[in-house]
Amino acid sequence: MSNEKIEKSILPETGKHLNRRDFLKTGLRAAAFLSLASITGYSLSKSMSDDLVWQIDPTKCVQCGKCATNCVLNMSAVKCMHVHKMCGYCDLCGGYFKPQVKNLDTGAENHLCPTKALKRSFVEAPYYKYDVDESLCNGCGKCVEGCGAFGNGSLHLQINHDLCTNCNQCAISKVCPADAIVQIPASKGYMLKSGFNT
Amino acid sequence: MQIVKYLLISIFLLIFFQTSNAQRFPEPDFESGYEVPETQTIAPRALSWEYLDVVVLFIALSVMSWFVIKKRSRKGIFWTSIFSIIYFGVIRLGCVCSVGSIQNVTLSLFQSNYIIPITVIAFFALPLLFTLFFGRTFCAGVCFMGAVQDLVNIKPISIPTWLNKPLSAIPYIYLVLALLLAATGADFIICRYDPFIGFFRMNATFGMFVFGAVILILGIFIGRPYCRFLCPYGVLLNWMSRLSFWHTTITPSVCIQCKLCDTSCPVDAINKPVQIKPETIEKGRNRLITLFVLLPVFIVASGFLASRLYKPLSTIHPTVHLAEEIKWEQDNSKKTGSEDSKAFHSTGIQASQLFSDAGRIQHFFYYGTWIGGAFLGLFFGISLLKTSIVRRQEDYEPDKGNCVSCGKCYKYCPVPPTP
Repeated sequence: MSNEKIEKSILPETGKHLNRRDFLKTGLRAAAFLSLASITGYSLSKSMSDDLVWQIDPTKCVQCGKCATNCVLNMSAVKCMHVHKMCGYCDLCGGYFKPQVKNLDTGAENHLCPTKALKRSFVEAPYYKYDVDESLCNGCGKCVEGCGAFGNGSLHLQINHDLCTNCNQCAISKVCPADAIVQIPASKGYMLKSGFNT
Repeated sequence: MQIVKYLLISIFLLIFFQTSNAQRFPEPDFESGYEVPETQTIAPRALSWEYLDVVVLFIALSVMSWFVIKKRSRKGIFWTSIFSIIYFGVIRLGCVCSVGSIQNVTLSLFQSNYIIPITVIAFFALPLLFTLFFGRTFCAGVCFMGAVQDLVNIKPISIPTWLNKPLSAIPYIYLVLALLLAATGADFIICRYDPFIGFFRMNATFGMFVFGAVILILGIFIGRPYCRFLCPYGVLLNWMSRLSFWHTTITPSVCIQCKLCDTSCPVDAINKPVQIKPETIEKGRNRLITLFVLLPVFIVASGFLASRLYKPLSTIHPTVHLAEEIKWEQDNSKKTGSEDSKAFHSTGIQASQLFSDAGRIQHFFYYGTWIGGAFLGLFFGISLLKTSIVRRQEDYEPDKGNCVSCGKCYKYCPVPPTP
């Protein structure tokens, strides 16, 4: 390097030599920092302070039964949830009994639910209350299908936040035929059906 | 009069529709004073916990960098990595992790309706920022996947360069594929094909368990096979680490070329002294010029080749997949009877709408594969270029890009630290 060149490459304020490689490195560092900052900044502009959680859109769900088998958890985080405010409290419940059942009682042979998670209790004539035992429910959606076909549709599948590990990519969403698994802000809680149309 | 008639009919239809569609039975009129209960739901994990994760990540990165750069303590690095396995792996069950977060960030850049949580951005940016300053201290053990592989690597063997170099290209291909699929909203393949998460959750498909087991068994001998030959985030960390302001060194003082650390690196990331002969410079210069001229050819050829794959790749996207199924149904005028087809027909969306959506996504894939392929061509060309550049080196130094700052070489250096 000639003297003239060296003189040119001396930084005026520090007096240190700035050779070609250092110059390149500083430039690349700045570029790396700026690109990281701009990507982060741009995504920050589209971000929210809230967290995202997985939920099932009950209006889209077609009760295919894949929720029971495709969750990464051994017992699916998808459970049947009962919106009591929408329930007709029927004696002959399409979600509780198998079609063309003989006796409307608690005999196991009459039940639609394979795990006996749907419980029924007497309220007053002619009304019965239906409750889901979440520890038994595997999210197969058989009762949801029955309730939707013959009743008010007050039973529906939903992802239980307490159980869901909130995978970055929900394994069920990938196989859901109806695209019903959606991500919503955590503050919105649950996507439950609202109640009776009035 | 006419209007009133229509109005009455429409009101009647509305009532009929409501009762017949969703709610066949009226609201019960309880006489015993029974009160209809609310649906029992349990609230999601409190937001403050999510922020705690970010704070823990920041502290773990700081502590790890301190152990790597300042203390040079393998023990400290080891215990920090045990902590992160327990916290990020066992307690947090691995989601969200920095490796997967690149997909969320990409999705947020390309899809306007995706709102990304700030915590995910922090998981994406913090390790990259720390790497730009201190080298890959994240890889050293803050990343629980790296930490797990570091634990099992008890009998490390060296991989010859001819095998190491081609295998190190896989992360680039994986990165391009993952970003393309994330940008189009097709899938998060990094999360789906994460070999370790199944062990933490004690739940995975049989195939993924086998994949994870193979990586861990290989990891006994080959240092960190996932980090080196698969991890797509590692590509970004590699770039950042090359430019890092500080980086760990093998020797605490001055290298005396004793060769004791020669085989100490489990990831083959020690650059050995190189002597340059005049004839290699001459040869290298000629090759450099040829390769430089060929570089645009590589880029275009690779982009073209990759763009040929856009159709099969686009079928990974559920909308394109569904559109193909519906198209098949239309062409053969029968139903496939699959759940997807049934669900689509129950929504009442027009097939033409679906086809136009699928077409738009395929377009995206076409340009995406071109850009991704061109990037891979550029990477391939530059890798070849680098083989013809020889730099004189006197000391044993860590390769700043590939070194994961695990600190296993510290104890091999006999030189005492300078006081």
